[in-house]
Amino acid sequence: METVISTDKLTKRFGDFIAAHELSFEVGKGEIFGFLGANGAGKTTAMRMLCGLLMPSSGKASVAGFDVYTETEKIKRNIGYMSQKFSLYEDLTVAENIRFYAGIYGLSFSDIKRKTDELLSKLGMQGEAKKLVSALPLGWKQKLAFSVSLVHEPRIVFLDEPTGGVDPVTRRQFWDLIYYAANSGVTVFVTTHYMDEAEYCDRVSIMVDGVIAALDSPGNLKKQMNAPDMEDVFYQLARKAKRSE
Amino acid sequence: MITLNNITKTYGKEKTMAVDDISFSVNKGEIFGLIGPDGAGKSSIFRMLTTLLVPDSGTAVVNGFDVVKDYKQIRNSIGYMPGRFSLYQDLTIEENLNFFATVFNTTVEENYHLIKDIYIQIEPFKNRRAGKLSGGMKQKLALCCALIHKPEVLFLDEPTTGVDVVSRKEFWDMLKNLKKMGLTIMVSTPYMDEAALCDRIALIQLGKILSINTPEKLVAGYGETLYTVTGGNMYQLLNLLRSYAPTESCFAFGDSLHLTLKKGTSKQIATAFLEQQGFNKVIIQETTPGIEDCFIKLLKSN
Repeated sequence: METVISTDKLTKRFGDFIAAHELSFEVGKGEIFGFLGANGAGKTTAMRMLCGLLMPSSGKASVAGFDVYTETEKIKRNIGYMSQKFSLYEDLTVAENIRFYAGIYGLSFSDIKRKTDELLSKLGMQGEAKKLVSALPLGWKQKLAFSVSLVHEPRIVFLDEPTGGVDPVTRRQFWDLIYYAANSGVTVFVTTHYMDEAEYCDRVSIMVDGVIAALDSPGNLKKQMNAPDMEDVFYQLARKAKRSE
Repeated sequence: MITLNNITKTYGKEKTMAVDDISFSVNKGEIFGLIGPDGAGKSSIFRMLTTLLVPDSGTAVVNGFDVVKDYKQIRNSIGYMPGRFSLYQDLTIEENLNFFATVFNTTVEENYHLIKDIYIQIEPFKNRRAGKLSGGMKQKLALCCALIHKPEVLFLDEPTTGVDVVSRKEFWDMLKNLKKMGLTIMVSTPYMDEAALCDRIALIQLGKILSINTPEKLVAGYGETLYTVTGGNMYQLLNLLRSYAPTESCFAFGDSLHLTLKKGTSKQIATAFLEQQGFNKVIIQETTPGIEDCFIKLLKSN
């Protein structure tokens, strides 16, 4: 399998504090990679380095074939990012949000028009194109934000707790979109607090106190730790944590 | 301890419905869960019961007091932990606690026994500002602040949202201890697994109650045979089963799929179909539904 993210002893220090310590892993093309950890374990720091937003202290990493020290602008062009906290402009309409993001990523006018039509029909939101995003239900916003994060056809999409606060059906519809994207070759790097969602990932990494404490498929992790589910795997590892944010 | 009669709340000129003619009651000493997604109306219900918001119509009584007429008495006898943190970010742990005690005309010493078990966990950091605390520590401090005036009813609005599994487990252990001390607790959560820890739960969606019951009875009333499907590529299986005419519903559930079948189709027939489609190792087994299965079914039928 083609590798799209690769890190080797990637480390970030803030003064004496080692937020992320010697992270080494690889993520393949089209893989759904779950990136879990207790609050304060160092997930956000690691993700920010991989997105080209934070300079590492030491170690190596490449994302979509680009170096996290010297090619951060190229990384940003080749990844998508969505977080629950911020993704869409609430006081722009659905179509305006799509146009805005597509424009930022340098798509041509004709591509923007084509992408907008394509995206709206895939989401079944043609009737909502001219509505303000603030008027949409949360579940629709999340699906729209995810689709918008893919508008420039990135090779990797980073999802930071994308599904908080929605009903169980909407949450699963969101995962249908994730599966669909992964099936078409996009690599999905996702954090979540829902442990059933950890089971949907091809492989899962669990960070504890700045290091990767475990990394394998959910099935193997459960076997290794003799755990009935991923919640128990997570609990066994994370309860040993000494630090919190 | 808490009673709502036909409570309705709308917002704005457009009269957007937030809470739609809701009635229920919570018994003394009970942990009562409001379970539902964002926008279901959970926070509006909390804010009306804590006297921060006036209902459009209907009446509600908390601890014997009317939420509109007797709001002052209610405020003295309840503790409230809103969804967004209630702490003063630039005060320390100790200062926050003293502040809340003073506002309610009491002292930390007087009611220390109520918060002791929780407070000792964050006491080593008592000189740290609240804004610099982790999610789990903020949550513990906020709970201490909501308890320090010895309330009889505790209102906790999504206390565990965005908090990791370990802190969530600890938090629920604390709630069980508070229940033992005789407190009545009304708590909301978007996590279905936490629903099973409540004495009774109300499942709500779009301002309406879909069901009120004990977790056990809710699950017992599921009324259909639920199967798990394992042994194959989950995404392909999911798509295939959704296009299979005898499928009533099919959803991903952790490492398996949860499937219900239309009348007249047995698991043998479904297994044979999947084998015919090339899934030779697939196993369909009967399983006990959980709260989340019940919620999904209720969402579909509404």
